[in-house]
Amino acid sequence: MLTDLSLAEARDGLRRRDFSAVELTEAHLDAVAALNPRINAFITVSADKARAQAAAADAALAKGEDRPLLGLPLAIKDLFCTDGLRTTAGSRILEPFVPPYESTVTANLLRDGAVFLGKANMDEFAMGSSNMTSAFGPVQNPWTRRGDNRALVPGGSSGGSCAAVAARMALGATATDTGGSIRQPASFCGIAGIKPTYGRCSRWGIVAFASSLDQAGPVARTVEDCAILLGSMAGFDPKDSTSADRAVPDFAAACRRSVRGLRIGVPREYHSDNMPPEIEAMWQQGLAWLRDAGAEIVDVSLPHTKYGLATYYIVAPAEASSNLARYDGVRFGRRVEGEDLTDMYEKTRAEGFGAEVRRRVMIGTYVLSAGYYDAYYLRAQKVRALILRDFTDAYAQVDALLTPTAPSAAFAQGDKMDDPVAMYLNDVFTVPASMAGVPGLSVPAGLDGQGLPLGLQVLGRPFDEETVFAVGAELERAADFHHLPAIRAGVPA
Amino acid sequence: MSLDPATVRRIARLARIHVGDTEAEQLAGELNGILGWIEQLNEVDVEGIDPLTGAAQMAMRLRPDTVTDGGIPELVLGNAPDRAGTFYAVPKVVE
Repeated sequence: MLTDLSLAEARDGLRRRDFSAVELTEAHLDAVAALNPRINAFITVSADKARAQAAAADAALAKGEDRPLLGLPLAIKDLFCTDGLRTTAGSRILEPFVPPYESTVTANLLRDGAVFLGKANMDEFAMGSSNMTSAFGPVQNPWTRRGDNRALVPGGSSGGSCAAVAARMALGATATDTGGSIRQPASFCGIAGIKPTYGRCSRWGIVAFASSLDQAGPVARTVEDCAILLGSMAGFDPKDSTSADRAVPDFAAACRRSVRGLRIGVPREYHSDNMPPEIEAMWQQGLAWLRDAGAEIVDVSLPHTKYGLATYYIVAPAEASSNLARYDGVRFGRRVEGEDLTDMYEKTRAEGFGAEVRRRVMIGTYVLSAGYYDAYYLRAQKVRALILRDFTDAYAQVDALLTPTAPSAAFAQGDKMDDPVAMYLNDVFTVPASMAGVPGLSVPAGLDGQGLPLGLQVLGRPFDEETVFAVGAELERAADFHHLPAIRAGVPA
Repeated sequence: MSLDPATVRRIARLARIHVGDTEAEQLAGELNGILGWIEQLNEVDVEGIDPLTGAAQMAMRLRPDTVTDGGIPELVLGNAPDRAGTFYAVPKVVE
């Protein structure tokens, strides 16, 4: 089936004219029509637009044009503004919002010929690790436990993007990562996903959550597919003052590099007594694979690891409370009428934001308020400096780090909903790299005893995604992960 | 530091989010749970450490102070919940 192809295979098939771009897009739209009522991976499906883009791609292919993503159908996280196509950020407050402009990342994908199938579901404003906070309903993970049909979460916040790719409704997807929102759902859905270095992809036109942490990246079913997509998404953008003015390397070529002679660090603080033995075993297996491929395994220390999450839950809500001040019912989005202007603001935001967003905006407002700024926010920024120093020191000894991506496999919808802190602990292994701005890739490495995928995380030096891809591709070859989710294109429900 | 419902209502006011009395009670419990957990940062020795504001690790870039966009009021106002001519409209603030 066309939906079973990797993005690289689909690209090669189009070039050979084995099938047309219209056929490829129709196959994916059929999968979306069949599966989305159950999985809810898309908030908005742009079928007509996708068909027109595919037809244009066929015309371009007939003329001999060769662009990196020509005719390849993708899902776009609903956090990326798309010109003329509704962009909700998973929130009621943006439910009617139709941007009059295109984000830089999606504009880069369109420049390279991609087809957009629609906008992928996500936790509201990217705040969540389960996709349960979306105002447009939860997403079901295409994977289920063996002999148990209960709906599991796909992780979050990029849960719709990852579920769509895992179920073969799209060849790849855009995602964003603020504290783990690419890597954790990729791990839960048995696919690959990379958060590149902060500054690698432009944030212009991406609905802002925490501006010093937000970074766009791709998710796909292979490491090479992620490399191809990142090559198109990345690049300098004068419209984002934190965009890095650096050349974009050939990431796909880096996937073919050997890891022989590389030094791979094992951060000892990532071990814990609470870690499920299966995840610890998977981690050791990953290290053995890299050792077998000629890498040297080195113990390292990242002493402030345990403070990463608490630091994150000051810095990210603080930035969010500032970024989300723009949703006031005046310039865009929903408005709820009130007795006067202030009442209108307060009712608009109370009804427009869900519980988790309201909680984080309030935490952020509190830690930035007079009298508490130094105790909370300034202290967190200093601990953040120490977390970055940990990584800088480690990268003086090693070329990359290997850790588990998440402390568990996918859990059931509704679990961990009563205790915000229990939900936050999902990101314990992904948050430190976000705080430091370094790149991180999750690779599916195997299944747990219940038949659910587990991911390994490769972390690299700033702007050295190439080494991250080389290590990730080696793990992928060794793991030889060809397990399939129960719910996917072509399988009757 | 522990938040009482009155403080929660004050923060809600600052955040411009309407919070009812029952909700303030419930939020106080949730926010205290999160803030209590965050207090672990007090164990970290941050003496002499400069705060890190961002992950970009580069100097902020400047650009020439010139107009690069504009003249598109219909696009700008296209998503407004209410408008009057080429202005956003809000409830009356002056009697």
